[in-house]
Amino acid sequence: MGKILRLVGRRLWQLLPIIVFATFVVFSLLQLVPGDPAVVLAGDYASEQRIAEIRQLYGLDQPFLVQYGVWLLHALEGNLGRSLLTSESVSQLILYRLPNTLLIAVYALVIAGLVGVALGVAAATRVGTRLDAFITGLASLGVALPSFWLAMILVATLSLGLHWFPTTGAAPLLTDPWSAIMHATLPAVALAVGVIAELARQVRSALIEVLNSQYIRTLRAKGLSSGAVLWKHGLRNISVTLLTLLGLQVNRLFSGAVVIEAVFAIPGVGSLVATSALNKDFPVVQGVVLVLVVIVILINLVVDVLNALLDPRAAEA
Amino acid sequence: MTHVETNTSSPVHAKSSARGERLLEVRDLSVSFNDGNDWFEVLNKVSFDVKPGETVGVVGESGCGKSLTALSILGLLPRRGCRRTGQILFDGGDLVAFGEGDMRKVRGRKIGMIFQEPMSALDPVFTVGYQITETVRAHFKVSSREAHERAVAALAAVGIPSPSNCAAMYPMSLSGGMRQRVMIAMALVCEPQLLIADEPTTALDVTIQAQIMDLLEELSQRTGTALLFITHNLGLVAESCSRMLTMYAGQVVENGPVDEILSRPLHPYTAGLLGSLPQAKHRKSKLPSIPGRVPSPRDMPAGCRFAPRCTYVEAGCRMSQQLVGHGARHARCWRSDTLVLPGAAV
Ligand SMILES: Nc1ncnc2c1ncn2[C@@H]1O[C@H](COP(=O)(O)OP(=O)(O)O)[C@@H](O)[C@H]1O
Ligand SMILES: [Mg+2]
Repeated sequence: MGKILRLVGRRLWQLLPIIVFATFVVFSLLQLVPGDPAVVLAGDYASEQRIAEIRQLYGLDQPFLVQYGVWLLHALEGNLGRSLLTSESVSQLILYRLPNTLLIAVYALVIAGLVGVALGVAAATRVGTRLDAFITGLASLGVALPSFWLAMILVATLSLGLHWFPTTGAAPLLTDPWSAIMHATLPAVALAVGVIAELARQVRSALIEVLNSQYIRTLRAKGLSSGAVLWKHGLRNISVTLLTLLGLQVNRLFSGAVVIEAVFAIPGVGSLVATSALNKDFPVVQGVVLVLVVIVILINLVVDVLNALLDPRAAEA
Repeated sequence: MTHVETNTSSPVHAKSSARGERLLEVRDLSVSFNDGNDWFEVLNKVSFDVKPGETVGVVGESGCGKSLTALSILGLLPRRGCRRTGQILFDGGDLVAFGEGDMRKVRGRKIGMIFQEPMSALDPVFTVGYQITETVRAHFKVSSREAHERAVAALAAVGIPSPSNCAAMYPMSLSGGMRQRVMIAMALVCEPQLLIADEPTTALDVTIQAQIMDLLEELSQRTGTALLFITHNLGLVAESCSRMLTMYAGQVVENGPVDEILSRPLHPYTAGLLGSLPQAKHRKSKLPSIPGRVPSPRDMPAGCRFAPRCTYVEAGCRMSQQLVGHGARHARCWRSDTLVLPGAAV
């Protein structure tokens, strides 16, 4: 137990430097985006003087480091500021949009977890058969397929062709769960395919190694059923690989969400960050990056704790 | 494929009239593997038996088919690309004919097995206690509490100092010797009639080796468990077994009581193994070690399989060799009547 507390402490301790680093990098990159929010804010036919006033008002005339420092101080106080373009509160924007992104990300992760593990196990327990070759081939293909291309195929066939799913948009999960799920299905599937492929490959190779190990032979020699050997001992032994991989895939899902939300016109944080970055609306971009970094770190923390609980070797590390 | 013996009933076969006193009877066990194109035979008509409570040694260099013989008995050969023929009579049934479900009731319950590699033979992510408890519960309908008590008792029986502490530990925090004790406890927890030990001490330090050997002997004597003890070290067999068989290139080449074989081996291969024992080196032995190596199953010599390495080879050795009987003993050598081979100092 002490080990696990220390692990949690170490992870939380890393939180602040990682947040500072990530937001600083994003802030610097935003400077490279062409355009000037002050010009946009001032509206058409604004005078030079008006633009300068606006620049001063929003602190855009300050040196780069000062601008970042001011943002960071406010953020640490829990104040993420307002959008330069719409003046909406960034926290409100994120609060409103994050559920849409989380829904498709979690949905994709659940689909990928179930299908990816099932395919990996099926292949690993039938090494060298045609089914194994088929799954391995499918996985190589799935890793290479771009998710936006897949998304467009899905929309063209299942929603425009067969009308099984809505084409674009999102619905609130709490008030209209069925519609929310239907809206999220195609984006989630499009996001999940790459993760399924990755999981199937990794589960297959990790499980093959485990099933060929000496201790699996011992388990069979003591009279356990092949089901107990595979599902209890086999899966428990690859659980660290599996969870670590799932944790990494969360990053991939969030970055994939930027594109997928654009394709499906979903009002999530992915599409928010995309439009805000193009407009140099830095408080919004910074706010989203901050929230996503915190989520990713917390997920990795959960993965670490679960690993330590599931595998004594991981607890030692 | 290598030649097939014309005589289907080996001499051992003919003598097995009193079946009642035998616990395990292996009859003409052959095993072949498929490498994608071809079948090649790795065990050729292996026959031997084990009486209840008896300790039988199996010796031979690495690659002679000892482990495969053990795995065949438990039905643990690979499922694909592997063929097993012959009979393995045990406890009134033929294990070769058993399905997976029936085999499962034999494994761990009636026949226990311990392996060479104590470092990797235990599941790293479950506690030692859990792994023994699980064995009990695979075979008996008992509460988890009682299963745990039996597991702790089994750990105590193999001389582990604080068994309930040990039960809560993961294999990685135990030494090799301790792990092998755990393996023995796990193999014996369901009180099997037969324990197969495949090179149980090979991976251990010499001092630990002696302790584990003593433990195995003591346990099999106390519980009446028969022991099939597999090793490449004839010295260990000499110390602990009453009968033995020598295997070479997938065949049994000699069998009989240990003391008789030690004083006068009937097969040149057994004599060669005896000659490479450390204590024999001091006497000016002709065979400090056997030159050459065990032939690959894909490339078996025609005739006597040992002939290419044998000091006593003659023209007649080019013929396929049968097990020839000499009272209670047998040897797969047509010259065994006349050859006088050096034994070990008794
Ligand atoms: N799964 C397998 N596939 C093909 N050949 C095998 C397999 N297992 C063992 N063999 C071969 O069978 C022979 C006997 O092996 P083994 O029983 O392990 O020998 P021993 O235990 O006496 O050292 C060796 O030549 C080995 O290469
Ligand atoms: Mg072996």
